[in-house]
Amino acid sequence: MSDAGDVKTLIIDDKEVSALRGQTILEVARENGIDIPTLCHVDGLGDVGACRMCLVEIKGSNKLQPACVTTIFESMEVSTNTERLQKHRRTILELLFAERNHICSVCVANGHCELQSLAQAQGVTHVRLPYRNPDLHVDASHERFTIDHNRCILCTRCVRVCAEIEGAHVWDVMGRGIDSMIISDLNDPWGESSCTRCGKCVQVCPTGAIFDKSKIGDPHPKYPDFLPYLNLMREAK
Amino acid sequence: MTQTITIDPVTRLEGHGKVTIQLDEQGNVTDAHFHVTQVRGFERFCEGRPFYEMPSLMARICGICPVSHLVASAKACEAIMSIRIPHTAAQLRRMLNLAQMVQSHALSFFHLSSPDLLLGLDSDPAHRHIFGVAAARPELGRAGIGLRRFGQHIIELLGNKRIHPGWVIPGGVTEPLAPAKRDEILALLPEAYSNIQIALNWYKQIADTFQSEIEVFANFPSLFMGLINEDESVEFTDGALRVIDAKGAIIEDGVTATRFTEIIGEAVEPYSYTKFAYYKPLGYPQGSYRVGPLARLNIAQSMGTPLADIELKQFKQLALGPLQSSFHYHHARLIDILYGIEKIEQILSDPLILDKHVRATAGVNRLEGAGQAEAPRGTLMHNYKVDENGLITWANLVIATGQNNNAMNRGVLQAAQHYIQNGKFTEGILNRVEAVVRTFDPCLSCSSHAFGQMPLHIELLASTGDLLDTVSR
Repeated sequence: MSDAGDVKTLIIDDKEVSALRGQTILEVARENGIDIPTLCHVDGLGDVGACRMCLVEIKGSNKLQPACVTTIFESMEVSTNTERLQKHRRTILELLFAERNHICSVCVANGHCELQSLAQAQGVTHVRLPYRNPDLHVDASHERFTIDHNRCILCTRCVRVCAEIEGAHVWDVMGRGIDSMIISDLNDPWGESSCTRCGKCVQVCPTGAIFDKSKIGDPHPKYPDFLPYLNLMREAK
Repeated sequence: MTQTITIDPVTRLEGHGKVTIQLDEQGNVTDAHFHVTQVRGFERFCEGRPFYEMPSLMARICGICPVSHLVASAKACEAIMSIRIPHTAAQLRRMLNLAQMVQSHALSFFHLSSPDLLLGLDSDPAHRHIFGVAAARPELGRAGIGLRRFGQHIIELLGNKRIHPGWVIPGGVTEPLAPAKRDEILALLPEAYSNIQIALNWYKQIADTFQSEIEVFANFPSLFMGLINEDESVEFTDGALRVIDAKGAIIEDGVTATRFTEIIGEAVEPYSYTKFAYYKPLGYPQGSYRVGPLARLNIAQSMGTPLADIELKQFKQLALGPLQSSFHYHHARLIDILYGIEKIEQILSDPLILDKHVRATAGVNRLEGAGQAEAPRGTLMHNYKVDENGLITWANLVIATGQNNNAMNRGVLQAAQHYIQNGKFTEGILNRVEAVVRTFDPCLSCSSHAFGQMPLHIELLASTGDLLDTVSR
């Protein structure tokens, strides 16, 4: 009876919790005050499990699962912060830093960057991998905003917010693997694209990759908190 | 047999330098060079970055005078934007630049040069440093440390950080001055005045004992250049350039940043990563000139502040016409500090200093822009070209140390020829050769656009090129 019911009980980090069928591990953990680090996830947008920061261990499975896209089941036992997971998370962050050119000291997002604060929280003190130092361009063709691909971590938040919330779908991903690039329209300059200039991508970008030109020199915190409210108001209509 | 003396690294400088002295078969000096031995490529890696990022990026070139780079860079960006910044923003920047000048001059005079001046050029190198000064004359050591703290504290109050402050941006500054911060700066002034008076009084007493050094420390006629106001008073942040000849005649005046490249060219020598700036109409190397504290005082008629004006009058009495010996850089530096403190006080009494309007905005309106300011050690020029989206396509920096480069080399040769006879030299003599370089307070970090420790190395080479002796620290 209980397995077919809507309410499930499970254990996260030795804590017994209850949840509704269809909820993800991440949702349930956060509802119960258990923090799982995330990077590509942002409340109000669909999840894609891209960054792998939220990997968790599930008893009975050797495979690590991303908490943001894994739904709970009855009697599930989840560990969110084992030594193995911590090691994986640090390695993922080091890979992100090594992949492109992240120079915090001169970045507009310094002090307000999710990648930076996550690295601090996860205890990343060194990058053990050689930096790739790729030669990437900056697209400053937009009147108000700039995208600096050097700082992009391919979380695809911009792609999702533009498609799911704004409905414009200006952003998308081109290429595969390490050659992946965020593009506007069919790889046109941002300033010549079908961009509606709403600025939502600026607010959800976790790093200084997409920023407001007028904020150079100022603290540039991002405010992605509007998304759940926007969704709520639309549903209420 | 000829030989070469190498001093590598040159100590008590800001940056990594080396001196080589070439001797002939009789052991007399035939040539000498001051080498800057590293390169960083700042101008290259700025390419492709948005122009409005330039001040914060360029300021990273050096931890000693990031503010001068912030200011010169922001002004170059404002030329690209074609805007004039609000009065209050200009005044706040002026104050920040002066605070940096005070701390940098304090570092040069007290930490780097006062050990030579107080303890003697031949004194034991093991004690010839700021701690040796503090032990021998505690009030002097305290004054130096106090003045450096004074400048750094103001930079921190205005820019939130002592080194590499943000705050200065293309268009002005990011936030206005808070009344509490103004009051805090005002409270720092009395101690700063007392500290600089201690230093000035002491220096004027001992200067006469260095007559022989004054004679041979880069003591030759040259052009001088610096920024100056329309009323012929000293200026660090705005104003326009003036060039005078060795007799004091004005040969260029009112040169704005956009015209800088019309009168100044840059030459390259194989032995240094720092370029050699020269006055174009005279060509290279005849058009070599000096910048920095000595040049600023030589070109100006007044400081524009009462106490510093009294000092300037005394200073100008040391010679008929422009002072030619670079030893006088030390004295000029102290007068600069006094001026800086007085000027900061004047700026704080500006009725508009707390005004909230401190920023102008604009996009790309020109594809090229140049900005100039006085760094502590001399005129600094930033020149950028951008594409229509504001991405840097080309950048050039003309640095004070590059502008003094030829004079430093001539000075090293002059001192070496005077002191080294028949191949004989002592540590004290090599220290004098280093001390010539120190009078200019060169900053090698941004001149080569280089990085590294700050030591000095002297090599003595035979005419065959064999290394005979080296002194390293």
